[in-house]
Amino acid sequence: MTTPLVEMRDMQLSFGGIKAVDHVNVDLVPGEVVGILGHNGAGKSCLMKMLSGAYKSDGGEIYVNGELASIKNPRDARTYNIETIYQTLALADNLDAASNLFLGRELLTKVGLVDDARMEGETRKIMARLNPNFERFSSPVSALSGGQRQSVAIARAVYFDAKILIMDEPTAALGVQETQMVADLIDELKKQGIGIFLIDHDIHQVKQLCDRASVMKNGKLVGTVNVNEVSEDDLLSMIILGKNPNDQ
Amino acid sequence: MSDAPSAPDSNKPRRNFFQILEFDTRLLGMVGAFIGLCLVFDFMTDGRFLTPRNVFNLTIQTVSVAIMATGMVFVIVTRNIDLSVGALLATSSAIMAMTQTDILPNYFEFGLEHPLTPWIAIAVGLLSGALIGAFNGWLIGYLTVPAFIVTLGGFLVWRNVAWYLTDGQTIGPLDSTFLKFGGINGTLGTTWSWALGILTVLVVIFMQFSSRRNKISHNFPVKPMWAEGLLGFGAAAVILGFIGTLNAYQIPYRRLERMFAARGEVMPEGFTAGYGLPISVFVLIAVAIGMTIIAKKTRFGRYIFATGGNPDAAALSGINTRMLTVKVFALMGFLAGLSAVVASARLTNHSNDIGTLDELRVIAAAVIGGTALAGGLGTIVGAILGALIMQSLQSGMAMVGVDAPLQNIVVGGVLVIAVLLDIQYRKRSGDA
Repeated sequence: MTTPLVEMRDMQLSFGGIKAVDHVNVDLVPGEVVGILGHNGAGKSCLMKMLSGAYKSDGGEIYVNGELASIKNPRDARTYNIETIYQTLALADNLDAASNLFLGRELLTKVGLVDDARMEGETRKIMARLNPNFERFSSPVSALSGGQRQSVAIARAVYFDAKILIMDEPTAALGVQETQMVADLIDELKKQGIGIFLIDHDIHQVKQLCDRASVMKNGKLVGTVNVNEVSEDDLLSMIILGKNPNDQ
Repeated sequence: MSDAPSAPDSNKPRRNFFQILEFDTRLLGMVGAFIGLCLVFDFMTDGRFLTPRNVFNLTIQTVSVAIMATGMVFVIVTRNIDLSVGALLATSSAIMAMTQTDILPNYFEFGLEHPLTPWIAIAVGLLSGALIGAFNGWLIGYLTVPAFIVTLGGFLVWRNVAWYLTDGQTIGPLDSTFLKFGGINGTLGTTWSWALGILTVLVVIFMQFSSRRNKISHNFPVKPMWAEGLLGFGAAAVILGFIGTLNAYQIPYRRLERMFAARGEVMPEGFTAGYGLPISVFVLIAVAIGMTIIAKKTRFGRYIFATGGNPDAAALSGINTRMLTVKVFALMGFLAGLSAVVASARLTNHSNDIGTLDELRVIAAAVIGGTALAGGLGTIVGAILGALIMQSLQSGMAMVGVDAPLQNIVVGGVLVIAVLLDIQYRKRSGDA
C-alpha cells in the first residue's frame, strides 16, 4: 500500500465545552477522492479547517507523505501544497480575478512591487484551460457570475500545484452544467495524482465522485467505507443514525 | 463556469471618449465639481478667488488635512476609523515644540538654530506619532477593541496629553529651518519650481510609456496613440500650469527687502521674485505619490484592500490581518506626525488647540473623495481632492462673505450630498 498523502490522527477541536471534532482519524492516498459526510454541525468543515490551517487543532497529529506536519495557519498549509476551495469561495469582491488568484502569493517585479501584468498573464493562461469563456479580467470579482467566481476560486487552488485539495461543497451554488464541469475537473485532477477531500451533502454526488467516504456525526467519526461497497441507504443511515454498516 | 460569454472589457461596442482615455468616471466627476466650484467662487468674488495669491494660500491651508486624509483612506478601507488624528497631531506638535525649546537646549545644549535641532525634533515627532498609532492598532488588531472606541478614547487622551505636556501654553518661537515646512516661510523659488515641474512631466511621460510597453509585451489591449498623447499633454498642462500660478505670486517688496537685509546685502533696483512651490506642498505631493504606490503596487497595499473587501478571505489567504491593522494605524500616526510638522510650522508655534476638529475634516475629506465606510474602496488622489474641495468651499465662502455658521452648515451638507451621489453612482454603474 502506498504511503497516505495525508493522515489525520486523533484530531480534536473544541469551542468552549462543545467538542466540534472528537478524536477523528481520516486519511487520503494520491489520486483518491474521499468524501467527508455528515449533517450540518457534524464537524466536517471543522475537521477540514484544521488541515487548511484556518483553525488550530486542540490535539491530534497530521502527517503529510508520512511525515509529521505542523500546520498552524493557512500559510503553513500552503507550504505543504494543501489548497482549499471554500464554500464561500473566500474571494475579495473588490479585487479583480488576478489579484484574488495570487492573494497572499503575489508575483513581484525585480524592485519588489507587485507585477500586475505578469499576474494577469498567468491568470489568462490558467483560465483558458479551466473556463475558456472567462474574459472579464479587469472587473472586480463582485461583477462576475456565480460560475465565474467559482472558477476563480478553483483556479487559485489548481494554479499553485496543489497536491492535496479540500473542496467544501464546490457545487452547492452551481447549475447542472457547471456541476458537470466541476465533476470533470475532479476526474482530471485525480488522474494527475492529486488527493481530494470533498465535503458534500449530496449522497448521489458522493456515490458518483468519491472513492471512499468518511461519515461524521456530532463531532465523532461514524466510519469510513468504500463507496462502491455500500448503498445510498447505508450512507444515509450512517449520516442520520450514526450506524456503521461494517459493524453488523 | 460555462455561462454565456460576457462582453469582453477590452472592446465594448459603445465606448465614449472618457472610456477610451480609461478615466475613472467618479474621479472625473470630482475634478469637474472642483473646477465648477472654483469658477463659481471666482465669478462671485470678481476674479479674486483664482488669483495666484489665493491659489497659493489655498494649497498651503489644505496640506495638513490632505496628508492625514491619505492615511485615513487606508484606515477606512480596512473597515476601521480613526477619531484621534487631530489629538495625535496635537501631541506630536507638542512633543516637537518641547524638543526644540526645552529638551534639546536644556539637556543637550542644542539651542534653536543649531543645525541638528529641527531634524531631531521632526524625527521625534514622526516617531511618536507612529508609536501612538501602532499602539492604537495593537489595541484594535490584537485585543479586538473596536477602532471607534480605541480612537474615541485616544481623542480624549492625546488631546490632553498635549495639554499636560505644555501646561496649555503656546510654545514658540520655533526653529527657523523647522518653520520652512509651514508654507509661506519655505518655498522653492521660481527656478527650482520650474525645474521640479519639468522633471515631474518627464517622469509622468516616462511612466506612461513604460506602462504601455509593458502591456504590449503581455499582449494586453492598449489605448490608441492619440489618447496617450492627449493624456500626457493634459498632465503636463496641469502640472506646469500649477507651478506657473504659484510662481506668479510675487514676494512683497518689503519682505524681499528684509530678506536681502538679513543677508547683509542691498536689494537691487526693480528686483522681483515669485514664491514658487511651497515646501509643504512638495511634501504633500511626495506623500501622495508614495501612498499611491503603496496602495496600488505593494503587497501591503494589496492586503489592505483585500482585507477591506473580505477580511475572512484575506485571513484564509495567509494574510496576518492583525499585524496589518497595526501597520495601517502606525502609518496613520506617522502621517499625523508629519501633518503636525506642517501645521505647527504654518502657525510658527505650538498652540494648545492645534488640530482641533481635524479628525472630522480628515474623515470628511476621505469620504468626499470616494472612500466607502463599508471598506474595500478608496483612492489617495480622491482623498486629496476631497480635502481641496472642503478647503475651497470654506475659504471661498469666507471670501464671498458668507456667515461663519452658514459656512459650516454648507460644508456639512456637502459631505452628506457627496456620499449620497456616490451611492447613487455606484448603484447605477453596478460597482460594488
